[in-house]
Amino acid sequence: MQMPEPDSNTLAKKDRLEARIVEAIGRQAVIGDEVELRAYECDALTAYRCPPMLALLPRSTEEVSKALAICHEMNVPVVPRGAGTSLAGGAMPQADSVILGVSRLTEVLETDYTSRIIRVQTGMTNLAVTGAVEDDGFFYAPDPSSQLACAIAGNIAMNSGGAHCLKYGVTTNNLMGVTMVLMNGEVVELGGAHADAGGLDLLGLICGSEGQLGIVTEATLRILHKPEGARPVLIGFSSNEVAGACVSDIIKAGILPVAIEFMDRLLIGVCDEYSGAGYPDCEALLIVEVEGSEAEIEHQLGLIREIAMRHDPVEFRKATDADEAGRIWAGRKAAFSAIGRISDYMCLDGTIPVSQLPYVLRRIGEMSKEYGLGVGNVFHAGDGNMHPLILYDANKPGDLETCEAFGADVLRLCVEVGGCLTGEHGVGIEKRDLMVDQFAPEDLEMQMAVKDVFDPKWLLNPAKVFPLASSEARRMAAE
Amino acid sequence: MTVYQPKDAADLAETVAGLGAPVRIRGGGTRAIGQCSASDVLDLSAISGVVDYEPGALTLIAKAGTPVSEIEALLAGENQRLAFEPMDHRALLGTMGAPTIGGVFAANVSGPRRIAVGACRDFALGVKFIDGTGRQLQNGGRVMKNVTGYDLVKLMAGSWGALGVLHEVSLKVMPAPETEVTLVFDTPDAEAALAVMSGALGSPFEATGAAYAPEWGKAYLRLEGFETSVRYRAGELQARLGDAEILQEDASRPLWRDLGNVTDFSEAGYVATVSIRPAHMPKLAARLSGPWLADWGGGLVWAAGETGDAARITDELRGFVAEHGGHCTVVKAPEEAGLAVFQPEAPAVARLSDEVRRKFDPAGFLNPGLMAGA
Ligand SMILES: Cc1cc2nc3c(=O)[nH]c(=O)nc-3n(C[C@H](O)[C@H](O)[C@H](O)COP(=O)(O)OP(=O)(O)OC[C@H]3O[C@@H](n4cnc5c(N)ncnc54)[C@H](O)[C@@H]3O)c2cc1C
Repeated sequence: MQMPEPDSNTLAKKDRLEARIVEAIGRQAVIGDEVELRAYECDALTAYRCPPMLALLPRSTEEVSKALAICHEMNVPVVPRGAGTSLAGGAMPQADSVILGVSRLTEVLETDYTSRIIRVQTGMTNLAVTGAVEDDGFFYAPDPSSQLACAIAGNIAMNSGGAHCLKYGVTTNNLMGVTMVLMNGEVVELGGAHADAGGLDLLGLICGSEGQLGIVTEATLRILHKPEGARPVLIGFSSNEVAGACVSDIIKAGILPVAIEFMDRLLIGVCDEYSGAGYPDCEALLIVEVEGSEAEIEHQLGLIREIAMRHDPVEFRKATDADEAGRIWAGRKAAFSAIGRISDYMCLDGTIPVSQLPYVLRRIGEMSKEYGLGVGNVFHAGDGNMHPLILYDANKPGDLETCEAFGADVLRLCVEVGGCLTGEHGVGIEKRDLMVDQFAPEDLEMQMAVKDVFDPKWLLNPAKVFPLASSEARRMAAE
Repeated sequence: MTVYQPKDAADLAETVAGLGAPVRIRGGGTRAIGQCSASDVLDLSAISGVVDYEPGALTLIAKAGTPVSEIEALLAGENQRLAFEPMDHRALLGTMGAPTIGGVFAANVSGPRRIAVGACRDFALGVKFIDGTGRQLQNGGRVMKNVTGYDLVKLMAGSWGALGVLHEVSLKVMPAPETEVTLVFDTPDAEAALAVMSGALGSPFEATGAAYAPEWGKAYLRLEGFETSVRYRAGELQARLGDAEILQEDASRPLWRDLGNVTDFSEAGYVATVSIRPAHMPKLAARLSGPWLADWGGGLVWAAGETGDAARITDELRGFVAEHGGHCTVVKAPEEAGLAVFQPEAPAVARLSDEVRRKFDPAGFLNPGLMAGA
């Protein structure tokens, strides 16, 4: 993965920069030691690493502002970091940058159950937000599988999704306001405890902007009361096509499950073996979860059963108790670990129109043969967000490159059938160079012009999202 | 006055590229609010029609000039709907014309169900538009999950035409429920109404509407879904919140249509909305002397008044939100009152918004003056 040549001028400023920032926000908030800096050299896209010049861990919005103002004045690039679980390299440093992490900003600032909001500092983990309100029966809906580790900061920057977003939406649908520090140190408030923007929806723009427009230090989030109960069913099919048709029929019938998850034969086998979930031997498997009271659940599952039966399922297994529900989910939830045990893999994240499912799965199967690499499919079927897992051998020379080429072809296919490169993981460095397959040059130009407004010097996470060639002139002008 | 009426996207792009003076963008022409200083008109009604509709994927793509009624009829045929419940302003504003989907999108128009399912912007999947220089641009797409690049779709929703002329939008649609009922509670004051609305919205029983009409002293909760579920939830909510009168589907539907369209205020000379933290609703209510209504569980207050009081009421509302957070939008007011439609923004936000507008429309040709600063 190509990164811009580090700027020797910037590298030479390290000592002075460190001294100034220490003076402004204190020694404890600044890491300059090479060994300690290794902790910040990559995120969850571990194939690519590069230690930063410094890592800054401020304890307040004010300290973030002071640190940014200094970097701005000294023309030093800044890479924001939450918990470093990005799968796209979004939080990966460049050699001539400083990491600004929000991991010490972990306080709950306010909860208001009458208005159903919570205000937190963004270094809080996703699960801790739910933890703060669950004793009162509430929860924060977006639930990425990484929720134990990932921070609200990263969720906002990536507009992260989760297993239950079919019903509850992704981060942007649950984010009501932010406090954000601009690269020049200026602090802005967007949104709040009220709905919608009075002027332009800048909050909507910030969410998903991958740390390129500002550093978000506080957020107001919508919280909801927990449902009375939830229960999954498992439905096995003899082909991907039939499973796809069943998904579409469930949706058309007006049932709104909270989740519809899909696994193909390879994943069914691997996950079953790993977790002992007891999955049937079949081509495709759906896990459909519905919520409500006992009677509401029974009623919805009855309707789903009726629809499934029309598609001649290999198996229809309704969870009768929490234990069985746990087992149905166990295999799906362990998917990444289970695959990881048998092989190195790369996880893709394209979205396709649901109707294109059978075609895309067939094409991926064909490409798998052409590239000579195995692939398993697990994804959020209700919204077409696919996670093809391409298997490769990191120790075999050239295999990673073949895998990346295969992955790029799959993502181009997603775009070709009317979908997109990434449904929830973000562009980062990983999909940066594929952006030209989804956007015309003027569309990328418009997005970059928006960054010009928030960060005229292009110092915030500058080597991400946009193909390096497209952003070069702007990055150079900044130097 | 010139009226441009381009027939397709290419024609529109050419028209905008060739503009020598500002234009006012017109969809259905159902709202004439604002002080857009342009005299020429860019009429989008010829760029109309549904491009694609996939009921099994819950997605719809339509050209901007498509009448909302056409879309709603098409969706109803598949038992689906626009869940954000766009308002029809005609009764309130006494205007003619047919609301278009582009106008709904450009103003991020959302009705009572916004409190449960989100605003128009939350259902906006993709947009194609022409910027102020005539460039054909797009963002988003037709799929439900998409984080590829910046989310300009959200930015365009609610941009009131000031960033570009929308010509195609794609939206997520939702299944229509089997039935609905409304629970009507007697609530003597705003505090009591807020307790009922928050009690329901903060429960597992999923109300999709929560409004309060102080004039009648009633709070309304709408429940939608499968018949068995709706009956169950109505029972549970009454067990927690007290006895309510129940309106069945045939009475419930028109009630929410009228609440959403604010037909009560069609005679008023002045109407504004205030978006606030729901818990602040009683405090705001205590300051209002004219007629008002609360929707969105208290988070949206509609305030009405006499024409002559327009400036005073607007000042009061804007003062309240400056103090407590939120924003106030003037929906109906006499032209001569010269009121800014939108809440003035904090200086830093106003500057960012202004600069964004200039990136999209450097010459200030699109709906100039409608949004602040432009
Ligand atoms: C095992 C595993 C499972 C996952 N499952 C899911 C899933 O189900 N759904 C999903 O959507 N994602 C998933 N992810 C991806 C990842 O967890 C999300 O993208 C997450 O939101 C990243 O949060 P983070 O705090 O770790 O951010 P980081 O990795 O630290 O940063 C992510 C991006 O946010 C920017 N950023 C960080 N902090 C700030 C800030 N304060 N202000 C502005 N920008 C900032 C960074 O610069 C970077 O671009 C998964 C990852 C792993 C490893």
